[in-house]
Parts: sequence; structure tokens; C-alpha cells
Amino acid sequence: MSDAQKMVKVYVMGEAYMVPEGSTIIGAFEYAGFQLKRGVGCREGFCGACATVYREKGDYKMKGGLGCQTVVTDEMYIAQIPFVPADKPTYKMEEITPDAGTFMNLYPSVFRCVSCNTCTKACPQDIQVMDYIQAIIRGDIAEAASLSFDCIRCGLCALRCPAEIVQFNAAILAQRLYGKYIAPQSKELEARVNEIIEGKYEKELNDLVGMAKQELIDKYYSREIKIS
Amino acid sequence: MYPEYMQESIKKVESTRPDRLELARKLGKMIYPGMNEQEREVVLNDNHPDYKADARREVKVGPDKGMILTTEIADMLETYSRIDIDNFDLSKADIETDVLIIGAGSAGMSAAIVASEKGADVLLATKLRLGDSNSMMAQGGIQAADQADDSPAIHYLDVIGGGHFDNKPELVKALVNDAPLSIKWLEDMGVMFDKDDTGNMKVKAGGGTSRNRMHSARDYTGAAICKVIRDEVYNRKDKIKYLEYTAIVELLLNDKKEVSGAVMYHLENKQFSIVKAKSVIVATGGFGRLHIRGFETSNHYGATADGIAFAYRAGAHLLYMDSVQYHPTGAIFPEQIVGFLCTEKIRGIGAQPVNKDGELFVYPLEPRDVEASAFIRECNAGRGISTPSGLKGIWLDTPLIDQINGEGTIEKELPAMLRQYQRFGIDIREVPMLVYPTLHYQNGGIDINDKCETNIPGLYVAGEATGGVHGRNRLMGNSQLDIIVFGKRAGIYAAERAQSIEDAGNMTLDHVISYNEEVAELGIERNKVSPVILPDYIPDHVKAKQLINEYNGTLI
Repeated sequence: MSDAQKMVKVYVMGEAYMVPEGSTIIGAFEYAGFQLKRGVGCREGFCGACATVYREKGDYKMKGGLGCQTVVTDEMYIAQIPFVPADKPTYKMEEITPDAGTFMNLYPSVFRCVSCNTCTKACPQDIQVMDYIQAIIRGDIAEAASLSFDCIRCGLCALRCPAEIVQFNAAILAQRLYGKYIAPQSKELEARVNEIIEGKYEKELNDLVGMAKQELIDKYYSREIKIS
Repeated sequence: MYPEYMQESIKKVESTRPDRLELARKLGKMIYPGMNEQEREVVLNDNHPDYKADARREVKVGPDKGMILTTEIADMLETYSRIDIDNFDLSKADIETDVLIIGAGSAGMSAAIVASEKGADVLLATKLRLGDSNSMMAQGGIQAADQADDSPAIHYLDVIGGGHFDNKPELVKALVNDAPLSIKWLEDMGVMFDKDDTGNMKVKAGGGTSRNRMHSARDYTGAAICKVIRDEVYNRKDKIKYLEYTAIVELLLNDKKEVSGAVMYHLENKQFSIVKAKSVIVATGGFGRLHIRGFETSNHYGATADGIAFAYRAGAHLLYMDSVQYHPTGAIFPEQIVGFLCTEKIRGIGAQPVNKDGELFVYPLEPRDVEASAFIRECNAGRGISTPSGLKGIWLDTPLIDQINGEGTIEKELPAMLRQYQRFGIDIREVPMLVYPTLHYQNGGIDINDKCETNIPGLYVAGEATGGVHGRNRLMGNSQLDIIVFGKRAGIYAAERAQSIEDAGNMTLDHVISYNEEVAELGIERNKVSPVILPDYIPDHVKAKQLINEYNGTLI
């Protein structure tokens, strides 16, 4: 940090600390002397481990966000959410079908959605959470899978939902149902898998494994390149 | 938002942009001459972090004593155990299992699913949460030769050529042979790959591929795969037990020097416990958070190479642990996302690297190590841009992308990247990105065969913790593949071994006692310990006032 580093005050779970301006919530915790275990993960916005709530100066609202992506402001109250104890029923993918009935059995709370849109407002990924829950209710699993695709399972939707829906767990089920049953399976892939199982490439690969380095180098540099 | 003092440099970039746009329209990607072999050698020798005199050194302890390793790895290995062995009771196991899997990224979790399917009892231990891993963060794609004009043999050539022919052939064969099988396995579990209307995969080219072979799931490929695998692990909770916030600190060996279990340490209740296991799979990932050569990293918080430390102490051999992959374009500003990966695709669709005066200085698509070295050279020559925290970078001129390909291209092709920068008030459609090479991948690791076996009976390794699959240079899309292929193989063979033996035998830490003695002979201070477990980002002036302030790495 340069000498002229401007500092701001943050309240870490109620206690005041001075941290460099521009710090993320995670960075502010660390500057204050906390070695984080829970509530921290990839630190790049992909894993959802650091979802948290905070409150800014003069504001009565508690806002949600990712600790690794949210920059602190002067006199911000910051906290950590260590764990979201959400319900996760188990299922065998082979025994379920891509329809609303599956959700009726596994996630009946989905059908209690009151369309308040609190989940959507809470989502740090800007996902239309309520819309995908409504899609599930309509039985439009493809739409639900597509809308929820960018979900990083941080859990903020479920924490704020007045109907106690576990949106992010319903989302992964919708995605898996779509991927397994609705999206057409790749025929090219299946054909190649069968060829490999029949041993079609075994000899060619074994020849390469046993090939002298120079021959391999020649083969590599003279290989045909067909990309678009 | 960029600070005021950078505006002058941004204006220069804007002033040269029309000419550079003209150049791109005329010459396509060839806006700057590519380097010949000799020029490459010079730029690498003078600038690549691996080529610096102090970047590598001989390790002075352990099974590969005398081997040249990345300096930080040698430092990490010349340390003591975290266990106070004299006062440690090994007489009774707290948990017994057939297969212990250490690490819960896509490799570890794939192994768990497969081993449980074979009927083995599985215990999956991870120091953070299930799925917390580099696996989750991969954007670009996963390679597999499943197209009609492609074949596993063609894939083989690409992999081994990309790895400078240093790859272990049997591992490359396993990788390319199992690739389509792995994609099929994932498709059957419900991973939403990008497909056309008939179901065929939309595949793209990647650096060093001779066919379009890159499968993707938007630009969240790693997450799409890892989330599905994790869901499946949750679904099998009757067969797969898992422990979170549980790090492994040592392996246990029996009198025959076979693996017989491990010592676990809970990060929060700070208790050690003993697990007895017939097979152990190490899937602990890479070393980005060790910040080799002081570099920022694109890696997960937990990427501290723990498995390398305890497996080496138990006698496992290493391969290519002298080779580090730096990705040319890591974010260097804003501060909050320093190290964040800016995908190769940005240059692939027209963004140009330029210096503080808005001048081109390198062909945008040199191999990763060459491109990264050219960026470092430009900064060292005083033509980089300094950030408020004292880092240096060069501009990646992104507004050109829409000018070359038409408005809306960035929004359509790079939505995650656009969103990331918008969070900090930077619109990459209007202003360039500031980038510098970032520590990205551990090319080497523990030496394995194509069954994921090591030289220690019962010890298996999968994923980034292994060495040999990629030689000294991994191609894009082959790491996502490797974790599935070798994760599954490790699960199969570890389960088979566990089912073939009656008992894991006795549990000892004799290997640790003698390793500690070797370390002591070097005169290493007693407070240097490994595995590192978590990185330490507490500032020195704060740490100086803390209870334990002298530990190597983590305070845990």
C-alpha cells in the first residue's frame, strides 16, 4: 500500500476497525486480523462461499452480496454467514422425471411462492430467481434450467425467502433434469464412446505410446490443422 | 473506475486505436510480427519467472533429495510436521473406511462416486466445503475428441506436442482415450453442455488444438460440471461420508510401508483425529496460493499444495515440480480482482495488448509462456502502467472487440467478464483492461501411473496434484478433462485394492520422525511447518500483535 493510502472505518460484527479504502469485505476482515476459514472460497465470484449481508451508513436496509466482490464503504457494518443449513433431499436421477411433479415431491415449498421477488433482489448474480421458480411451477424445466444456469449456490435467495423455498437446490435439480432428459443427447459422442469400448483406437494409441521422440516430433509438426 | 492519473495513458490508447483498428481490418490477427524461435528463447530466458536464477533449486530432504524444484516448493518441503509425534496416540482409529479421499474438487468427488459404485465405503475429507476448488472456477472448456473429423490419436498428438514431449505417454493415452467416456458420464448425470438443436456438442478450438474439441457450458464450464458432481455426492450420502473443514496433515504407513490411513485436523475445533483406510486418494489440487515468485494467482483460496507436502513426507516421488504455468492476462486493477483470470478468448476475438503509450509490442496470440514474458519485459522496461498499490500492468484494449466484430459482441461473447468489471464501475466496451501475468497452474506433481498408483502401495493421486499428464505445459481444456478421467480411475483402482485386502495394517508415523530429523539436520527453525492449509493475508503490523505470529504460512 502506498503511504497515502486512505482508510475507512468498518464495523466487523459490531466492532470498529480502520481498513484501506477499496477493500472488499473479505479483504477488510483480513486486514483487521481475521484469518478466514468459513465464508471465503474462490475469491473470484464463482463459488458462493462468501455470500453475506451488510449495512451501509445511514441506511436501515441490510443488503446481500458476495464478500469477495463487495467493496466496503465508510462506516459499513460487515458480517459473515458461515453456513446455510438448507434442505437437500436425495434422489436417484434414473427414477425421476423432468416435470413439476418431481418438484412437488422433492421441493413442495416451491409451490408456496408468493411472487414477492425478494429472491431476485437478493441474488448477487442478477439471476431472475423468482422467474425460474415460476417456471418450475409451470413445469417448464427447460426455462428454469436456463434462467438459473449462472447460480453459484450462495444461498442468499433461500435466506431471504418468506415462503422458505430453497431456490438454489431446486435450481440444480432443474439443470440436471434438463441436461439428462430434455436436451437431446449427442449422437456423435455416443458413436465415439462405442468405438472406444470396441477398442478401435487401441492399436493407434499404443503405437503413439511406444513411438520414439523424434518420430513423434515429426508427426506433431506435420499434423493437419483443421480448426474454425 | 480508473483513477485520474491513468487518464493520460488511456487517452494515448484511444489516440492510437483508430490506426490499430485499421491494421486489424487489414491484417486480421497478424497486427504485430510473431517471434521466431530465437526471439522466443531470449524473451523467455530474460523474463519468464521459471527461468530466473533463483526460481528453482535442489531440495535437500526426502525421497527426491537433490531434485530441482520450484524454490517455494523446496522451501515448503524442508519443514516439519504439524504433529507433536512424541505425544501423539496412534493406538486407535477414530474412523475406519475402505477408501479415504482427500480433497473435494471435481477429481476427488468423481473418485468418491465411482468408488462408492464399486461398493467401497468412502470417506471424503476436505479442508473447506465440498466443491471448493479450482475445478469450480474454470471458464473455458473441456477437451474430448468426439467429433467425426477428430480422434483420440489426434488429441494425443496435440497434448504431447503442447507439453514439449515431456508428458508421460501412458497418462496421455489414458487422458485422450477416456475423454469421450468422461463427457458421456457427465452428460448422463445431467451436465448442460452447449449443444446444437440435434444434440451435438458445440465445440471450439483452443490454444494448441488441431481440431475443434473444446466443449463448454457457457463460460461457467467448471462450475456446471462441479455442481452436478457435488449434487450426486450429496445424493449418495448413505454411501459417501464427507467431512468439511477437515484438513489432512499426515499420511499413516504400516510396517510394510503401505498406506494405512491419515491424520486429520479440524480447522475449527482444532482437534486431530485418525482415520484408518485401506486406500487413500490424494486430490488436493495445485499451489497457486503459495504465490510462487510473489505472483498474484487465479487460484482458489485453498490451493496450497497440501497433498504434495504430506505425500512427499510419506515417500512419494515428484515429477516436473519445477514448472509453473503463468497465464498472460490476469487482472491487475481494480485491486479487488487482482489475479482474476481474463480468458484467452478476449485476445482471440480482437483485443490488443498495448503499453502505456498505446503502442503494440507483441503478437497477441503467442504461446502462454512467451506472451506472459513479453508483458513482463514491457513492464520492466518502464512502459507499463502502475496501479495505486504499486503493481504494474499493460493495457488490453477491449473496446476494439466491438469495433472489429460489431456492437454487442462483448455482451454476447464475454458476459461474465463484462459483469465482473461493471461491478467496479469499469465498462470494458468503453475502456481497456489492465492486466499482468497471473499464477495459474501447477504443471507438475506426484508421479503416478495410468491407474493413479504411486510408488507407495495404497496411495493414489488424481487431478492437479499429479505430474506427467501435461508435461511442462498444459493446454487449455485438458485440466477439466484430467480431473474427471483420473478422478474416476483413482476411484476404481482404490476401491479394488481396498476390497482385495483384509486389513490396512498398523498405523505409524515413523516416516515423519525420520523426515523431521532430516529437516533438523539442515538447521531449519522448528516453527516452519507444512502442509500450509490456508494462505495468510493478515498484514504484518497486525500479525505482530497476534498470539502466534511467527508460523510459516497459516495461523491455524
